[in-house]
Amino acid sequence: MVETFRYREAMTQHHSVIILGSGPAGLTAAIYAARANLAPLVIEGEPSSTSDQPGGQLMLTTDVENFPGFPDGIMGPELMKNMRDQATRFGSVFVTEKASVVDFSVRPFSVTAAGEHYTSDAIIVATGAQSNMLGLPAEDRLIGHGLSTCATCDGFFFRGKEIAVVGGGDSALEEATFLTKFASKVTLIHRRDHLRASKIMQERAFANPKMEFLWNHEVTDLVGETSLAGIELRNTVTGDTSSMPISGLFIAIGHTPNTHLFQGKLTMEPNGYLHTGPGTYTNVEGVFACGDVQDHTYRQAITAAASGCMAAIDVERWLEAQHS
Amino acid sequence: MSAHVAHLTSATFDETINSADNLVVVDFWAEWCGPCKMIAPILDDIAVEKAGVISIAKVNVDTEPDLAMRFDVMSIPTMIVFKNGVPAKRIVGAKGKAQLLADFTDLL
Repeated sequence: MVETFRYREAMTQHHSVIILGSGPAGLTAAIYAARANLAPLVIEGEPSSTSDQPGGQLMLTTDVENFPGFPDGIMGPELMKNMRDQATRFGSVFVTEKASVVDFSVRPFSVTAAGEHYTSDAIIVATGAQSNMLGLPAEDRLIGHGLSTCATCDGFFFRGKEIAVVGGGDSALEEATFLTKFASKVTLIHRRDHLRASKIMQERAFANPKMEFLWNHEVTDLVGETSLAGIELRNTVTGDTSSMPISGLFIAIGHTPNTHLFQGKLTMEPNGYLHTGPGTYTNVEGVFACGDVQDHTYRQAITAAASGCMAAIDVERWLEAQHS
Repeated sequence: MSAHVAHLTSATFDETINSADNLVVVDFWAEWCGPCKMIAPILDDIAVEKAGVISIAKVNVDTEPDLAMRFDVMSIPTMIVFKNGVPAKRIVGAKGKAQLLADFTDLL
Protein backbone atom coordinates (compact mmCIF):
# COMPACT_ATOMS: atom_id res chain seq x y z
CA MET A 1 0.00 0.00 0.00
CA VAL A 2 1.34 3.37 -0.94
CA GLU A 3 0.36 6.30 1.17
CA THR A 4 0.90 9.84 0.01
CA PHE A 5 2.68 12.21 2.34
CA ARG A 6 0.95 15.32 3.49
CA TYR A 7 2.84 18.36 2.38
CA ARG A 8 2.22 21.54 4.23
CA GLU A 9 1.84 24.66 2.14
CA ALA A 10 5.18 26.42 1.98
CA MET A 11 4.93 28.99 4.73
CA THR A 12 7.65 31.38 5.69
CA GLN A 13 8.42 32.11 9.30
CA HIS A 14 10.48 35.18 10.19
CA HIS A 15 12.88 35.41 13.13
CA SER A 16 15.33 38.11 14.14
CA VAL A 17 18.11 35.54 14.30
CA ILE A 18 18.49 32.00 13.03
CA ILE A 19 21.23 29.80 14.49
CA LEU A 20 22.43 26.90 12.34
CA GLY A 21 23.81 24.13 14.52
CA SER A 22 23.40 23.08 18.16
CA GLY A 23 26.76 22.11 19.59
CA PRO A 24 28.33 24.16 22.39
CA ALA A 25 28.75 27.17 20.03
CA GLY A 26 25.18 27.17 18.69
CA LEU A 27 23.57 26.55 22.08
CA THR A 28 25.64 29.19 23.88
CA ALA A 29 24.74 31.65 21.12
CA ALA A 30 21.09 30.62 21.65
CA ILE A 31 21.29 31.20 25.42
CA TYR A 32 22.77 34.69 24.96
CA ALA A 33 20.50 35.66 22.05
CA ALA A 34 17.43 34.41 23.93
CA ARG A 35 18.41 36.42 27.01
CA ALA A 36 18.68 39.46 24.73
CA ASN A 37 14.99 38.83 23.84
CA LEU A 38 15.85 37.85 20.28
CA ALA A 39 13.86 34.57 20.48
CA PRO A 40 16.35 32.76 18.24
CA LEU A 41 15.33 29.90 16.00
CA VAL A 42 17.85 27.06 16.26
CA ILE A 43 17.92 24.73 13.27
CA GLU A 44 19.68 22.04 15.24
CA GLY A 45 20.33 19.34 12.66
CA GLU A 46 18.99 15.81 12.36
CA PRO A 47 19.93 12.52 14.01
CA SER A 48 22.96 10.67 12.67
CA SER A 49 25.55 8.30 14.06
CA THR A 50 28.42 10.62 13.24
CA SER A 51 29.28 13.82 15.09
CA ASP A 52 27.14 15.72 12.56
CA GLN A 53 23.99 15.64 14.70
CA PRO A 54 22.04 17.78 17.20
CA GLY A 55 24.33 18.46 20.15
CA GLY A 56 27.42 17.98 17.99
CA GLN A 57 30.59 16.08 18.67
CA LEU A 58 30.04 15.78 22.44
CA MET A 59 26.99 13.58 21.78
CA LEU A 60 29.33 10.70 20.96
CA THR A 61 31.65 11.15 23.93
CA THR A 62 31.47 9.89 27.47
CA ASP A 63 33.13 11.84 30.31
CA VAL A 64 33.97 15.48 29.62
CA GLU A 65 36.62 16.29 32.20
CA ASN A 66 37.84 19.70 31.03
CA PHE A 67 34.65 21.76 30.90
CA PRO A 68 34.93 24.28 33.77
CA GLY A 69 32.30 23.98 36.47
CA PHE A 70 32.12 20.19 36.58
CA PRO A 71 34.85 19.08 39.01
CA ASP A 72 33.83 15.42 38.70
CA GLY A 73 33.32 15.59 34.94
CA ILE A 74 30.01 15.34 33.10
CA MET A 75 28.77 13.04 30.34
CA GLY A 76 28.90 14.74 26.93
CA PRO A 77 25.22 14.10 26.05
CA GLU A 78 24.15 15.35 29.49
CA LEU A 79 26.17 18.56 29.11
CA MET A 80 24.51 19.17 25.75
CA LYS A 81 21.04 18.45 27.12
CA ASN A 82 21.69 20.96 29.91
CA MET A 83 22.76 23.62 27.40
CA ARG A 84 19.68 22.95 25.27
CA ASP A 85 17.38 23.17 28.30
CA GLN A 86 19.05 26.43 29.29
CA ALA A 87 18.53 27.86 25.79
CA THR A 88 14.88 26.71 25.81
CA ARG A 89 14.27 28.26 29.22
CA PHE A 90 14.96 31.74 27.83
CA GLY A 91 12.83 31.35 24.71
CA SER A 92 14.93 29.67 22.02
CA VAL A 93 12.88 27.70 19.52
CA PHE A 94 14.25 24.45 18.01
CA VAL A 95 13.71 22.74 14.68
CA THR A 96 15.17 19.21 14.57
CA GLU A 97 16.04 19.27 10.88
CA LYS A 98 19.09 19.97 8.82
CA ALA A 99 19.30 23.20 6.81
CA SER A 100 19.48 22.24 3.13
CA VAL A 101 19.60 25.61 1.36
CA VAL A 102 20.65 29.07 2.51
CA ASP A 103 20.39 32.40 0.71
CA PHE A 104 22.58 35.13 2.16
CA SER A 105 22.52 37.29 -1.00
CA VAL A 106 19.47 39.33 0.00
CA ARG A 107 17.94 40.45 3.28
CA PRO A 108 16.05 39.07 5.01
CA PHE A 109 18.27 36.00 4.77
CA SER A 110 16.52 32.72 4.09
CA VAL A 111 17.07 29.13 5.17
CA THR A 112 15.25 26.00 4.00
CA ALA A 113 15.08 22.90 6.20
CA ALA A 114 12.93 19.84 5.42
CA GLY A 115 10.89 21.83 2.91
CA GLU A 116 10.07 24.63 5.36
CA HIS A 117 11.24 28.17 4.66
CA TYR A 118 12.54 30.47 7.35
CA THR A 119 13.77 34.06 7.10
CA SER A 120 15.82 36.18 9.48
CA ASP A 121 17.55 39.52 9.92
CA ALA A 122 20.76 37.87 11.14
CA ILE A 123 22.32 34.41 10.96
CA ILE A 124 24.73 32.63 13.27
CA VAL A 125 26.54 29.74 11.58
CA ALA A 126 27.57 27.10 14.16
CA THR A 127 27.47 23.96 12.05
CA GLY A 128 30.66 22.56 13.53
CA ALA A 129 32.81 19.85 12.05
CA GLN A 130 32.29 16.15 11.46
CA SER A 131 34.59 13.20 11.84
CA ASN A 132 36.58 12.12 8.83
CA MET A 133 36.35 8.64 7.37
CA LEU A 134 39.31 6.80 5.90
CA GLY A 135 37.94 7.20 2.38
CA LEU A 136 38.30 3.50 1.50
CA PRO A 137 35.71 1.88 -0.82
CA ALA A 138 35.21 -1.00 1.66
CA GLU A 139 33.95 1.43 4.30
CA ASP A 140 30.40 1.52 2.93
CA ARG A 141 30.19 -2.26 3.05
CA LEU A 142 31.63 -2.70 6.53
CA ILE A 143 30.26 0.24 8.47
CA GLY A 144 28.16 -1.28 11.24
CA HIS A 145 29.80 -4.65 10.63
CA GLY A 146 32.99 -4.17 12.56
CA LEU A 147 33.80 -0.67 11.34
CA SER A 148 32.48 2.05 13.61
CA THR A 149 32.54 5.80 14.11
CA CYS A 150 30.92 5.65 17.56
CA ALA A 151 32.84 3.89 20.34
CA THR A 152 30.20 4.69 22.94
CA CYS A 153 27.53 3.05 20.72
CA ASP A 154 29.40 0.00 19.55
CA GLY A 155 32.13 -0.83 22.08
CA PHE A 156 29.72 -3.23 23.77
CA PHE A 157 29.78 -5.57 20.75
CA PHE A 158 33.54 -6.15 21.04
CA ARG A 159 33.70 -7.71 24.48
CA GLY A 160 36.80 -9.89 24.73
CA LYS A 161 37.86 -9.12 21.13
CA GLU A 162 40.99 -7.57 19.67
CA ILE A 163 40.26 -4.25 18.01
CA ALA A 164 42.05 -1.14 16.75
CA VAL A 165 41.54 2.61 16.77
CA VAL A 166 43.00 4.84 14.06
CA GLY A 167 44.09 8.34 15.05
CA GLY A 168 46.41 10.26 17.35
CA GLY A 169 44.40 13.08 18.91
CA ASP A 170 42.33 13.40 22.07
CA SER A 171 39.27 11.78 20.50
CA ALA A 172 41.28 8.76 19.37
CA LEU A 173 42.77 8.28 22.83
CA GLU A 174 39.44 8.80 24.56
CA GLU A 175 37.82 6.19 22.32
CA ALA A 176 40.69 3.75 22.73
CA THR A 177 40.71 4.11 26.51
CA PHE A 178 36.93 3.69 26.63
CA LEU A 179 37.11 0.59 24.42
CA THR A 180 39.55 -1.16 26.79
CA LYS A 181 36.52 -1.65 29.08
CA PHE A 182 35.23 -4.20 26.57
CA ALA A 183 38.02 -5.38 24.26
CA SER A 184 40.82 -7.73 25.28
CA LYS A 185 43.32 -5.57 23.39
CA VAL A 186 43.12 -2.18 21.72
CA THR A 187 45.82 -1.19 19.25
CA LEU A 188 46.11 2.50 18.50
CA ILE A 189 47.31 2.99 14.94
CA HIS A 190 48.88 6.36 14.18
CA ARG A 191 50.63 7.53 11.05
CA ARG A 192 53.28 9.43 13.01
CA ASP A 193 55.60 8.42 15.86
CA HIS A 194 54.07 10.70 18.47
CA LEU A 195 50.57 11.73 19.54
CA ARG A 196 48.78 15.06 19.22
CA ALA A 197 46.61 14.27 22.23
CA SER A 198 46.86 16.10 25.56
CA LYS A 199 49.53 14.88 28.00
CA ILE A 200 47.04 13.58 30.57
CA MET A 201 45.24 11.47 27.93
CA GLN A 202 48.59 10.13 26.70
CA GLU A 203 49.78 9.16 30.17
CA ARG A 204 46.49 7.39 30.85
CA ALA A 205 46.71 5.48 27.57
CA PHE A 206 50.39 4.52 27.99
CA ALA A 207 49.63 3.20 31.50
CA ASN A 208 46.69 1.09 30.27
CA PRO A 209 47.81 -2.58 30.10
CA LYS A 210 45.23 -3.36 27.39
CA MET A 211 46.57 -0.73 25.02
CA GLU A 212 49.23 -1.17 22.38
CA PHE A 213 50.62 1.40 19.97
CA LEU A 214 51.47 0.94 16.33
CA TRP A 215 53.44 3.98 15.24
CA ASN A 216 54.06 5.20 11.69
CA HIS A 217 51.32 3.11 10.14
CA GLU A 218 48.25 3.88 8.09
CA VAL A 219 45.28 1.71 7.13
CA THR A 220 45.19 1.09 3.38
CA ASP A 221 42.36 -1.43 3.13
CA LEU A 222 39.70 -3.31 5.07
CA VAL A 223 39.35 -7.08 4.75
CA GLY A 224 36.08 -8.99 5.07
CA GLU A 225 32.99 -9.44 2.91
CA THR A 226 30.10 -9.33 5.36
CA SER A 227 31.98 -8.34 8.49
CA LEU A 228 35.41 -6.96 9.25
CA ALA A 229 38.09 -9.65 9.49
CA GLY A 230 41.24 -7.57 9.32
CA ILE A 231 43.04 -4.54 7.96
CA GLU A 232 45.90 -3.90 5.57
CA LEU A 233 48.58 -1.53 6.80
CA ARG A 234 51.43 0.47 5.31
CA ASN A 235 54.43 1.76 7.21
CA THR A 236 54.56 5.50 6.53
CA VAL A 237 58.37 5.57 6.91
CA THR A 238 59.57 2.41 5.18
CA GLY A 239 56.57 1.79 2.89
CA ASP A 240 56.41 -1.85 4.04
CA THR A 241 52.96 -3.43 4.02
CA SER A 242 51.43 -5.81 6.55
CA SER A 243 48.06 -7.13 7.72
CA MET A 244 46.41 -7.30 11.10
CA PRO A 245 43.50 -9.64 11.87
CA ILE A 246 40.90 -7.70 13.89
CA SER A 247 37.12 -7.75 14.17
CA GLY A 248 36.62 -4.13 15.14
CA LEU A 249 38.04 -0.85 13.83
CA PHE A 250 37.15 2.55 15.23
CA ILE A 251 38.01 5.71 13.32
CA ALA A 252 39.04 8.99 14.98
CA ILE A 253 41.19 10.75 12.40
CA GLY A 254 40.21 14.35 12.69
CA HIS A 255 37.41 16.53 11.44
CA THR A 256 36.22 18.44 8.41
CA PRO A 257 34.22 21.65 8.91
CA ASN A 258 30.57 21.49 7.85
CA THR A 259 30.81 24.30 5.32
CA HIS A 260 29.42 22.58 2.24
CA LEU A 261 26.19 24.59 2.51
CA PHE A 262 28.14 27.85 2.35
CA GLN A 263 30.28 27.17 -0.72
CA GLY A 264 30.48 30.34 -2.78
CA LYS A 265 28.42 32.20 -0.18
CA LEU A 266 30.84 32.81 2.68
CA THR A 267 34.60 33.36 2.51
CA MET A 268 36.60 30.33 3.62
CA GLU A 269 40.20 29.69 4.61
CA PRO A 270 42.20 27.50 2.20
CA ASN A 271 41.56 24.53 4.56
CA GLY A 272 37.79 24.91 4.23
CA TYR A 273 37.05 26.56 7.57
CA LEU A 274 34.95 29.75 7.52
CA HIS A 275 36.92 32.97 7.67
CA THR A 276 35.85 35.23 10.55
CA GLY A 277 37.02 38.55 11.90
CA PRO A 278 36.87 40.98 13.41
CA GLY A 279 35.11 39.00 16.14
CA THR A 280 32.64 36.53 14.66
CA TYR A 281 31.84 38.57 11.53
CA THR A 282 31.93 36.71 8.22
CA ASN A 283 32.34 38.51 4.91
CA VAL A 284 28.54 38.87 4.61
CA GLU A 285 27.17 41.61 6.82
CA GLY A 286 24.60 40.12 9.21
CA VAL A 287 26.03 36.60 9.00
CA PHE A 288 28.23 35.54 11.92
CA ALA A 289 30.09 32.29 12.58
CA CYS A 290 31.30 30.58 15.74
CA GLY A 291 32.63 27.27 17.01
CA ASP A 292 34.51 24.57 15.13
CA VAL A 293 33.17 25.63 11.73
CA GLN A 294 35.59 28.59 11.92
CA ASP A 295 38.20 27.30 14.39
CA HIS A 296 40.90 24.91 13.27
CA THR A 297 43.22 25.81 16.13
CA TYR A 298 41.56 25.20 19.51
CA ARG A 299 38.46 23.06 18.77
CA GLN A 300 37.37 22.64 22.38
CA ALA A 301 33.84 22.64 23.80
CA ILE A 302 34.75 25.64 25.94
CA THR A 303 36.25 27.66 23.07
CA ALA A 304 33.24 26.83 20.90
CA ALA A 305 30.92 27.97 23.69
CA ALA A 306 32.92 31.16 24.16
CA SER A 307 32.78 32.04 20.48
CA GLY A 308 29.03 31.30 20.51
CA CYS A 309 28.68 33.92 23.21
CA MET A 310 30.72 36.35 21.11
CA ALA A 311 28.51 35.71 18.07
CA ALA A 312 25.32 36.41 20.02
CA ILE A 313 26.76 39.68 21.35
CA ASP A 314 27.95 40.64 17.85
CA VAL A 315 24.46 39.92 16.49
CA GLU A 316 22.73 41.89 19.21
CA ARG A 317 24.93 44.96 18.61
CA TRP A 318 24.69 44.65 14.84
CA LEU A 319 20.88 44.43 14.97
CA GLU A 320 20.75 47.49 17.24
CA ALA A 321 22.94 49.43 14.82
CA GLN A 322 20.57 48.53 11.95
CA HIS A 323 17.63 50.05 13.79
CA SER A 324 19.34 53.24 14.95
CA MET B 1 7.57 5.13 25.55
CA SER B 2 4.59 4.95 23.21
CA ALA B 3 2.01 2.20 23.59
CA HIS B 4 2.38 1.49 19.88
CA VAL B 5 5.92 0.23 20.30
CA ALA B 6 6.44 -3.40 21.35
CA HIS B 7 9.53 -4.45 23.32
CA LEU B 8 10.64 -7.86 22.08
CA THR B 9 12.55 -10.60 23.87
CA SER B 10 13.91 -13.94 22.68
CA ALA B 11 10.65 -15.47 23.90
CA THR B 12 8.34 -13.12 21.96
CA PHE B 13 10.43 -12.22 18.92
CA ASP B 14 9.51 -14.94 16.41
CA GLU B 15 5.83 -14.99 17.17
CA THR B 16 5.58 -11.21 16.87
CA ILE B 17 7.48 -11.07 13.59
CA ASN B 18 5.75 -14.07 12.00
CA SER B 19 2.23 -13.06 12.95
CA ALA B 20 2.54 -9.48 11.70
CA ASP B 21 0.70 -8.71 8.47
CA ASN B 22 2.40 -5.35 8.02
CA LEU B 23 6.02 -4.14 7.93
CA VAL B 24 7.78 -4.51 11.25
CA VAL B 25 10.77 -2.27 11.94
CA VAL B 26 12.87 -3.79 14.70
CA ASP B 27 15.09 -1.18 16.35
CA PHE B 28 18.13 -2.65 18.14
CA TRP B 29 19.09 -0.13 20.82
CA ALA B 30 20.54 0.39 24.30
CA GLU B 31 20.23 2.92 27.08
CA TRP B 32 23.86 4.07 26.70
CA CYS B 33 23.63 4.83 22.97
CA GLY B 34 23.13 8.55 22.25
CA PRO B 35 22.06 8.21 18.60
CA CYS B 36 19.52 5.53 19.67
CA LYS B 37 17.93 7.97 22.09
CA MET B 38 17.80 10.59 19.39
CA ILE B 39 15.79 8.45 16.98
CA ALA B 40 13.48 6.99 19.65
CA PRO B 41 10.94 9.86 19.47
CA ILE B 42 11.03 9.69 15.65
CA LEU B 43 10.20 5.97 15.70
CA ASP B 44 7.42 6.65 18.25
CA ASP B 45 5.96 9.24 15.84
CA ILE B 46 6.17 6.85 12.91
CA ALA B 47 4.44 4.12 14.94
CA VAL B 48 1.50 6.48 15.50
CA GLU B 49 1.42 8.06 12.03
CA LYS B 50 1.78 4.74 10.18
CA ALA B 51 -0.29 2.59 12.56
CA GLY B 52 -1.58 -0.47 10.73
CA VAL B 53 1.01 -0.07 7.95
CA ILE B 54 4.32 -0.07 9.81
CA SER B 55 4.83 -1.46 13.31
CA ILE B 56 7.80 -0.47 15.39
CA ALA B 57 9.35 -3.00 17.76
CA LYS B 58 12.43 -2.67 19.93
CA VAL B 59 15.16 -5.01 21.06
CA ASN B 60 17.36 -3.89 23.93
CA VAL B 61 20.76 -5.39 23.09
CA ASP B 62 21.81 -5.20 26.75
CA THR B 63 19.04 -7.51 27.92
CA GLU B 64 18.70 -9.48 24.64
CA PRO B 65 22.27 -10.15 23.49
CA ASP B 66 21.16 -13.43 21.84
CA LEU B 67 18.83 -11.58 19.47
CA ALA B 68 21.58 -9.07 18.65
CA MET B 69 23.95 -11.94 17.90
CA ARG B 70 21.36 -13.86 15.87
CA PHE B 71 20.96 -10.88 13.53
CA ASP B 72 24.68 -9.97 13.53
CA VAL B 73 24.05 -6.59 15.07
CA MET B 74 27.46 -5.01 15.75
CA SER B 75 26.46 -1.37 15.77
CA ILE B 76 23.48 0.47 17.17
CA PRO B 77 21.08 1.79 16.30
CA THR B 78 20.46 -0.92 13.69
CA MET B 79 16.96 -1.15 12.27
CA ILE B 80 15.92 -4.33 10.51
CA VAL B 81 12.72 -4.09 8.49
CA PHE B 82 10.81 -7.39 8.37
CA LYS B 83 8.35 -8.05 5.56
CA ASN B 84 6.29 -11.27 5.72
CA GLY B 85 8.50 -12.47 8.56
CA VAL B 86 11.83 -12.10 6.74
CA PRO B 87 14.41 -9.32 6.95
CA ALA B 88 13.94 -7.11 3.88
CA LYS B 89 16.22 -4.20 4.76
CA ARG B 90 18.84 -3.24 7.31
CA ILE B 91 19.51 0.37 8.25
CA VAL B 92 22.62 1.05 10.31
CA GLY B 93 23.00 4.36 12.13
CA ALA B 94 20.68 7.16 13.14
CA LYS B 95 18.99 9.22 10.46
CA GLY B 96 16.42 12.00 10.25
CA LYS B 97 12.70 11.33 10.09
CA ALA B 98 12.25 12.00 6.37
CA GLN B 99 15.04 9.60 5.47
CA LEU B 100 13.81 6.86 7.81
CA LEU B 101 10.25 7.16 6.49
CA ALA B 102 11.54 6.95 2.93
CA ASP B 103 13.66 3.88 3.81
CA PHE B 104 10.65 2.14 5.37
CA THR B 105 7.95 3.11 2.87
CA ASP B 106 10.17 1.91 0.02
CA LEU B 107 9.18 -1.59 1.05
CA LEU B 108 5.42 -1.05 1.18
